[in-house]
Amino acid sequence: MSDTQPVPTQEPAPPGRLQLTGYAAEQVLWLVPLVIGLVLFVVGGLLVVVWVGVVFVVAAVPLIRVVANRQRQFAGRVLGVDLPPPYRPAPEGGPLVQLRSVLADPMTWRDLVWILWAITVGWVISLLVVVLLLAVATGFFWWFGAPPLMAMRSQVDRLLLTYGSTETLERRVAALTRSRAEAVDHSAAELRRLERDLHDGTQARLVAVSMSLGMAEEQFERDPEAARRTVTEARAATSAAIADLRSVVRGIHPPVLADRGLDGAIRALALDMAVPVEVVGDLSGRPPAPIESAVYFAVAECLANAAKHSGHQQAWVELAHRDGLLRVVVGDDGRGGADAEAGTGMRGVMRRLAAFDGTMAVSSPDGGPTIVTLEVPCVLSPASSSPRTTPSSEPG
Amino acid sequence: MRPEPRLVLAEDNALLRAGLTQLLAGSGFVVAREVDNAVELDAALLDPEVDGAVLDVRMPPTFTDEGLRAAIAVRAQRPGFPVLVLSQYVEQLYARELLASGEGAVGYLLKDRVSDVRQFVDGVRRVLDGGTVLDPEVVATVMARRRDEPLERLTPREREVLALMAEGKSNASIGASLHVTEKAVAKHINSIFAKLDLPVDLEVNRRVQAVLAYLRL
Repeated sequence: MSDTQPVPTQEPAPPGRLQLTGYAAEQVLWLVPLVIGLVLFVVGGLLVVVWVGVVFVVAAVPLIRVVANRQRQFAGRVLGVDLPPPYRPAPEGGPLVQLRSVLADPMTWRDLVWILWAITVGWVISLLVVVLLLAVATGFFWWFGAPPLMAMRSQVDRLLLTYGSTETLERRVAALTRSRAEAVDHSAAELRRLERDLHDGTQARLVAVSMSLGMAEEQFERDPEAARRTVTEARAATSAAIADLRSVVRGIHPPVLADRGLDGAIRALALDMAVPVEVVGDLSGRPPAPIESAVYFAVAECLANAAKHSGHQQAWVELAHRDGLLRVVVGDDGRGGADAEAGTGMRGVMRRLAAFDGTMAVSSPDGGPTIVTLEVPCVLSPASSSPRTTPSSEPG
Repeated sequence: MRPEPRLVLAEDNALLRAGLTQLLAGSGFVVAREVDNAVELDAALLDPEVDGAVLDVRMPPTFTDEGLRAAIAVRAQRPGFPVLVLSQYVEQLYARELLASGEGAVGYLLKDRVSDVRQFVDGVRRVLDGGTVLDPEVVATVMARRRDEPLERLTPREREVLALMAEGKSNASIGASLHVTEKAVAKHINSIFAKLDLPVDLEVNRRVQAVLAYLRL
């Protein structure tokens, strides 16, 4: 997701006066690329009807973004905050698709407004800071003037180059609305699947049991031997129904996950795979139950995919929780070429993780290895098997 | 061992507990202690008057794996104490933990296997005699896994025999399942022992050793 909360970074020392002046000098030089970028963009925009314009715009945008991102870094350092690039991720597709995405990104237009500031008043401020130092006589003014001048410029830069709190919230709400809709869709689909499994499997088998028992009832008088055989059949059918039910339960919430938590359950899962799976790392506590379950099924899906498609000799799972982020890496040494978008299973995993602000990244070059990284922000509760509040109705 | 082995039975579902008690009592066992939660279970297992235990994995107070933990704990205190663990589902992980808790005298079965009364009772006896009884589902998962040395040296037939040994079957019943004579089974088993480099020892111990090798412990 592109609009997660800025991650607090290690506070570096605020830049000194000389460094500030260095920034200012660089900002002065940006006049050239910024003017070129602006002109390209405007001319391109005017010429867009005759296609050449598209090329101009496509060339201008990366140029502008490089400089704007550099300025975000400077402003961030001066103000002691982290200002990550706020652009939308580029979509897959040809130049026209890219262009449409760039033009739809509000930050593209804010960049242009920022250029107007950066080549006029902003530029003058930076120039002033540099000149105050270079003209040695004004050293006194430089000593006291450079920090507030640069701070002022950086405030304006930040205002123009980043989304304000209202906009951030709006975007957050939009993202949440989307992921909520997907989560609801996903759980509705899961319920339909469960209904099908129960209806086609367990229920059908119980009907068979009941029919066999009915038949046996009839047979007892006439042919006790046949009745005995029918009862034996009925018993076999019950076993099959129990086995079905077991697999349905596993699909809802594997008991071992409740017993042993995420790392125990993943270790148990690894033992069930046909190919050796090494599990490294462990968690100091347990993530919230819904996250635990989502991550477990994500790992299960990854390992199942590897088993199905990758032709691997070995797979591995790494578990870690650091800085409020649960990170699980699933890798295999197979032939690679996996596409996260291709399988409905993987899309389901992504949607399910997105409901918790989680992400899934797949790296799978041809020839392998395939590495899937799952990340979910969460807090671990102290390690202990989570007691259930209500006793289960099923016998242990 | 006394003629009528005395057992601890731990199962929180009253219906199943009553059924199991009846079944065991009718098959030559004495159910000396019946418990329905993990707290009482720990005390019951330390009773010197009992010879073995049949335990449910999931029980109050937390409804997770206290039965399994109790089994492992008691085997740490009373090495070789026979324990048969019953569960609604089987996990390789738990099978390994049980097997690692001491050599032999351990069983791990799905609860629905109880419906085959003769086999179940046979399983309880084998565990009390120091054997290993694993659920066919555990064995099947191990079978599906890619083999490595030294199990690679076994012939497919020998692997079948080993799998049935892991389920706790006697030579006679292995012979019956594979449609071969008991003598042929004994020959296969000797060959397995030789290929797995198991030292000449008591038959029961070697059987257990072979099963452990099979599970790659």
